[in-house]
Amino acid sequence: MTDQNPNKFEFSDPAVADYDARREFLKHVLAGTAAATVLMVFGPGAAAHGPESPTYKSLAKVKHRYAYVIDVNKCIGCGNCVRACKRENSVPAEFFRTWVERYIIKREGVYVDSPNGALEGFERVNEIYRNDVINAMTVPKMCNHCHNPPCVQVCPVGATFKSPEGFVLIDNGYCLACGYCVQACPYAARFINPVKKKSDKCTWCYHRVMKGKLPACVTVCPQKARIFGDLKDQESEVTKIFAADQWMILKPEMNTDPTCFYVGLPREVI
Amino acid sequence: MEELLPAGALVNYIFPNNAHVTWSIMIVIYPYITGLVAGAFVVSSMYHVFEVKEFKPVANMALVAAFSFGLFAGLPLLVHLGQPQRFYQIYTTPHLTSAMSIFGYVYSSYLVLLMLEIWMIYRKVFIGKYRETGGKGLMGLIWYILCLGVTEYFPSSANSDRKFTKFLAGIGIPWACLLHGYVGFVFGSVKAIAWWATPLQPFIFLSSAIVSGMAILFLMYSFITWNKGWKYDYHMTKKLMITLWIAFIIDYAMEVLELSFFVYEQGLHWKTIKPLLDGPLFGYYVLGQMGFLSLGPVLVLGIVSLLDIRGKALIYLSNFACLMLVFQVLVMRFNVVVGGQLISKSDRGYVAYHWELIGKEGILTAVIILSMPFVVYYVIGRFIPVLTDPGQEKATGHH
Repeated sequence: MTDQNPNKFEFSDPAVADYDARREFLKHVLAGTAAATVLMVFGPGAAAHGPESPTYKSLAKVKHRYAYVIDVNKCIGCGNCVRACKRENSVPAEFFRTWVERYIIKREGVYVDSPNGALEGFERVNEIYRNDVINAMTVPKMCNHCHNPPCVQVCPVGATFKSPEGFVLIDNGYCLACGYCVQACPYAARFINPVKKKSDKCTWCYHRVMKGKLPACVTVCPQKARIFGDLKDQESEVTKIFAADQWMILKPEMNTDPTCFYVGLPREVI
Repeated sequence: MEELLPAGALVNYIFPNNAHVTWSIMIVIYPYITGLVAGAFVVSSMYHVFEVKEFKPVANMALVAAFSFGLFAGLPLLVHLGQPQRFYQIYTTPHLTSAMSIFGYVYSSYLVLLMLEIWMIYRKVFIGKYRETGGKGLMGLIWYILCLGVTEYFPSSANSDRKFTKFLAGIGIPWACLLHGYVGFVFGSVKAIAWWATPLQPFIFLSSAIVSGMAILFLMYSFITWNKGWKYDYHMTKKLMITLWIAFIIDYAMEVLELSFFVYEQGLHWKTIKPLLDGPLFGYYVLGQMGFLSLGPVLVLGIVSLLDIRGKALIYLSNFACLMLVFQVLVMRFNVVVGGQLISKSDRGYVAYHWELIGKEGILTAVIILSMPFVVYYVIGRFIPVLTDPGQEKATGHH
C-alpha cells in the first residue's frame, strides 16, 4: 500500500488565500455581476452551478480544491477498493461507503448487480445474461462530494457540511441520525451506521488526505481507475482530465454538481 | 417482478445502501399524530372563531384531544433518532437551509398556544375547583398553581377570557395549517425521492390532517357517548359529517390530482412510479388508500349529508365512515413515507419492506405511542369536564 506522490497533498492552512492570476480574473468577472455574486456568496443552497463549473470560486479562495475521477474503462471490478474502504473506515457489514456495480448491456435490457457491494469482486454471471452481450463494464460508486449537496441543505442541525477544499463531511458530535440526509442523497451514498448510530458516508479519507496521503481506495486500485487530486495543481492528473472535458457526472438532472467525475461512463449507468 | 422493472432492468437491482428502509413506522405515525392535532383543533376553532354553534358540544373536547395528541406528536421522532439525547440541538443550532430545522419551534409554539387556550377556557373551572378544596391538601395546591394564584373570577374576567380565547383560536388556525403543511413540505421537497417530490404534498398532508382529526374526534365522541349511555347529538353529528365530507372531497381531489399528474404527464419519474403502484403499493395505495378506503367514505358521507338519515342509522354510518377515514389517512402516511423509499435510487429496482412487531420501529411501539394520547385524554377528563352529558346540561340550564 504505497501512496502516489504524497508530496502533492501537503496541506497548509486553508485560510491562507492563494492570490493567483485565476483569482484576479474571477474577481473581475464576479465584480461585474453583482446579483450573481450575492447568490454565490449568500445562497449556497439556492445558487445553481452547472456541472461545467464545479470549481467556479473555491479555486480562487482556497489553497486546495480536491476532485475525484473514476475511469470506467480501467476498472476491472476486483473489489480491492471496497475492501480497503471497509478496513480503513470500519464500515459495518451490509453498508458501503463505496461499492462497485457490474453492468451487462444486452439488446433486451441491462443486467446490473453488486453482490455485497463487490466486497469479494464478482462471480461469473448466469449464462442467460452472458450471451449476446453488447457491452459490459464495472462502475465504482461513492459519495459524489457534490458542490450543491442536498444532504448539507437538509441537515436540520448543520452536522453535515462542505469544507472549502471540497469534502462533504459529517460532524459526529452533532449528528442526530434523523436520516433526512440519507433520504436527500440521490446517489444512496449515505446510510445510518448501525454501530455508531450516526449518519455515515465516504469522506474521501479526509483523515488520510490531511496527512498528505491518498484515499485508501485510490491507493489499492491496481488499474489506477480511481484518481484523486487537487484541481489547483496544474500538473495533477485530475486537472488534466478536467481540462480535457471528457468527463461525465451521475444524475446531472439532480443539479447536485458532483465533484466526482467519471471517464468513459456509458449512458446505461444511473 | 422482472417484467415490471424500470429503465430496461433485467433483474431487480437496488443500491447496496438502499436495502434498508431508513424511515419506518415511527416516521409514519409522526405525521399521523401531528395531523390529528391539526384536525381536532380546526373543529374547536370552528366554534370559537366562526361560531358554528353546532360544534359547541365538542369544542372543548376537540381542544383537549388536540392537546393530548400534541403532547405525543414529537415522540415518534424522538424514538426514531439514532441520538435522541441530542434532540435539543434542533432548538440550539437550527440549520436554516433545512426544511426540518424549525420544526421544533413550530411544534413547540403550537403546543404552547394549545395550552394557553385550554387554560383560558378552563380558568373558571380551576378557580371553582380551588374553592371546592378550600386550598387545602395536594389538590388544593395543584388547583392553586393551575389558577396561577388568581382565585377571583368576575364577569369582566369571563369577557376578557372569551376574547382572548377567540384570538388564540384565530391565530391557531393558520398555525395548525403551518404545522401540518410544513410536515408535507419536509417530504415534498426531497427531489431524490420521486414519489415524494410534488408541490401538492403540503396541501395533501394538511387536508388529510383535517380529515383524520375530525374523524378521530367523532369516533371519540361516539365512544364516550355510547359508553356513558348519553344521548347522541344528531344535529352536531350531521353538521360534522357534512364538514368532514367536504374536507375529504378536497383531500381526495388533491390525491387524485397528484396521481393524475403522474399518470398523464408520463414524466421523468413515471417509469419508476408505475411499477411501484402496480407492484409493492398496489394493495396499500391503489386498492386501499385510493380505492376502498376513499370511495367508501365519499359514498357513505354523501348519503349521510344529502339524504334525510337520522337516529341510529346516522350514528352507525358516521362511525363507519370515520373509521375508514382514520385508516385511509394512516395508510396514506404509510404509502408516502415507506412507499417513497421502496423505489431504489438505482431506478432499476424495488426494496422489500418487512414489518417489525417489536423493537424501536415495531408495530407494538407504534400502538403504544398511538394509544398514549387517549390515556392522557382520559386522565384530563377525570379532573376537568371535557365532554359533558348533554341531557344534564339542559336540565341545569347551561348553554
